[in-house]
Amino acid sequence: MQRLKSSITLGLGLLAGSSLFAAEPAPTQVGFVYVSPVGDAGWTYQHDQGRKEMEKAMAGKVKTNFVENVPEGADAERVIRQMITGGAKIVFTTSFGYMNPTEKVASAFPDKFFFHATGYKTGKNMGIYNARFYEGRYLCGVIAGKMTKSHVAGYVAAFPIPEVLQGINAFTEGMRSVDPKAEVRVIWVNSWFDPGKEREAALTLISQGADMLTHHTDSTAVVQAAEEKHKDNANLYSFSYHSDMSKYGPKSCLTGTTHLWGDFYTRTVKEVLAGTWKGTNVWGGIKDGMIKLAPLNAAVPEAVKKDVTKLEKEIKEGKRHPFAGPVVAQDGKELVPKGRNMTDAELGAMNYYVKGVASTLPKN
Amino acid sequence: MAPGLVSAVLFATIVAGTPLILTALGELVTEKSGVLNLGAEGIMSVGAVAAFAVTLNTGSPLLGIVAGMVAGMAMSALFGFAALTLQANQVASGLALSIFGVGLSAFVGKPYESQTLSSVAPLKIPLLSKLPVLGHALFEQQALVYFSWIMLAVVAWFLYRTRWGLVLRAVGETPVAAHAIGYNVLRIRYLAAIFGGAMAGIGGAFLSVFYTPLWVEGMVAGRGWISLALVVFATWRPLRVMLGAYLFGGAMITQMFVQGSGIRLDIPAQFLSALPYLATVVVLVLISRNRSTIRLNSPASLGQPFMPDA
Repeated sequence: MQRLKSSITLGLGLLAGSSLFAAEPAPTQVGFVYVSPVGDAGWTYQHDQGRKEMEKAMAGKVKTNFVENVPEGADAERVIRQMITGGAKIVFTTSFGYMNPTEKVASAFPDKFFFHATGYKTGKNMGIYNARFYEGRYLCGVIAGKMTKSHVAGYVAAFPIPEVLQGINAFTEGMRSVDPKAEVRVIWVNSWFDPGKEREAALTLISQGADMLTHHTDSTAVVQAAEEKHKDNANLYSFSYHSDMSKYGPKSCLTGTTHLWGDFYTRTVKEVLAGTWKGTNVWGGIKDGMIKLAPLNAAVPEAVKKDVTKLEKEIKEGKRHPFAGPVVAQDGKELVPKGRNMTDAELGAMNYYVKGVASTLPKN
Repeated sequence: MAPGLVSAVLFATIVAGTPLILTALGELVTEKSGVLNLGAEGIMSVGAVAAFAVTLNTGSPLLGIVAGMVAGMAMSALFGFAALTLQANQVASGLALSIFGVGLSAFVGKPYESQTLSSVAPLKIPLLSKLPVLGHALFEQQALVYFSWIMLAVVAWFLYRTRWGLVLRAVGETPVAAHAIGYNVLRIRYLAAIFGGAMAGIGGAFLSVFYTPLWVEGMVAGRGWISLALVVFATWRPLRVMLGAYLFGGAMITQMFVQGSGIRLDIPAQFLSALPYLATVVVLVLISRNRSTIRLNSPASLGQPFMPDA
């Protein structure tokens, strides 16, 4: 009984305490919702790096927290709602499937701010952001085209959505810009994360002649499979995605397309805190520092390095677009005529393979 | 298909099916004693992380397998304590074990997420591995693949050819009768559950040390659940469990080879990835459609607690 009494007193004290605290200026709470565990590499890891950078840059003014492994759908809405009722003023939701839940919570809390990655729904207090992953893919494709001996690249992909297709097509365009004979084979594993399946897909592609491998899935399995098979075929290489995975493929991982979200997070939170935020629809690429190639492996010849650096600069300066016309579809139809670049709207609606992809796109 | 391709598909099929066989055989023995342990996913996860950690620190895959096995046994002993000693609901305890195991493995495995293991060389069987087509696929595999075949024979022999196999099945059918003639039902069920845990732990070890080889949270990716389903669809017959596991692996690998080959097909991607599940269920249901044999093979007291004193 005594214990019960004291806990009641303690509870009351806490209540009183919290209302007192509200008067003091506290750091703004910023929440992050992650679709997978943070881990050591991958999509969520990059977002978490961005979160940490932002927190460091805004030290004292901002406090962050995150919830990982949140399923897309109804659970996400609960998590976002909980973050807001827990005191968060800004919430970043970092996966496509959080779009509708984010929108729902955003309309319920008009004085809070929401940012959704890779989606397309915006609102008065809801912004969207994404990165031009395909720019990095194009550069990787160029390296692949220069390095391949079998003229076959293998691509392990998750789901046939525009973002993934942009990557496959940009890689293909890049590869064929230097090796017109090259073809890209794609295996869909229909999962963002299943290391066993990803590895099997990589091994399948290798056994079918691919000597350049890359993936649009979340684990490091493809890079590791390539590293293992590199012993049998010295010209077998891989390109990582999301993160620099060179430590999983020290000999065979040539480079990778990495995402850098830190600057964007810092800028956005600053704008919101200063009250200058006027809506976000960011689709940043190499130019904005949101996409970067991982350091090139020593196996990449000096001449190729030079070419890639030059290309990277051209993309940065807007002189080169991975989807500069003519862009031709797999069936030979011209999608973008010579003389103009693919527009953002066209990119966003991508649902086809370009010429040079040897696989058939599964119906969706 | 070229012989090289057949060999490659077959090889990958066997690799993909092996963790399922190991786990499902263990579960089969557990269920035959009347205990339904739904914790396979969690046990595999814990087995995977334990095996990975030990292999990384000692450099010995064998010790890794032992660690996975011991971890699996510990997990199933925990289940046994809840479901057998305390007689909690088996379904609920098993589900809890699954969730607990997946979480525990993630927690314990955090420091190992960035680590890599060098892959273990396969065990070539002399002469046999020189056979055309089949040699590479069947006899240049990891030692655990052969182990899964041996265990299949051992489990089948034990269940249907030994006295203790008969006792175990009797415990699964009518624990009251087995108890009445003097068998310690709880002890037998404990042993069966712990055997199941050991096998699932080895299945997890195969995943993290031999198959991928890496450890990341969630890497078991539903294979524990598939193993559970295999046992039911195979109507508790060991050989059918193996058939189902290879069918599942084979359907998955074949659809990948078809995709990678660039053959034209107008099939939705979602259907392709559902195919392994579909094919396995359809085939196993077809070969096991005889209702009386289902009744004969399924342990009558599956999932029901037994109170010795009652």
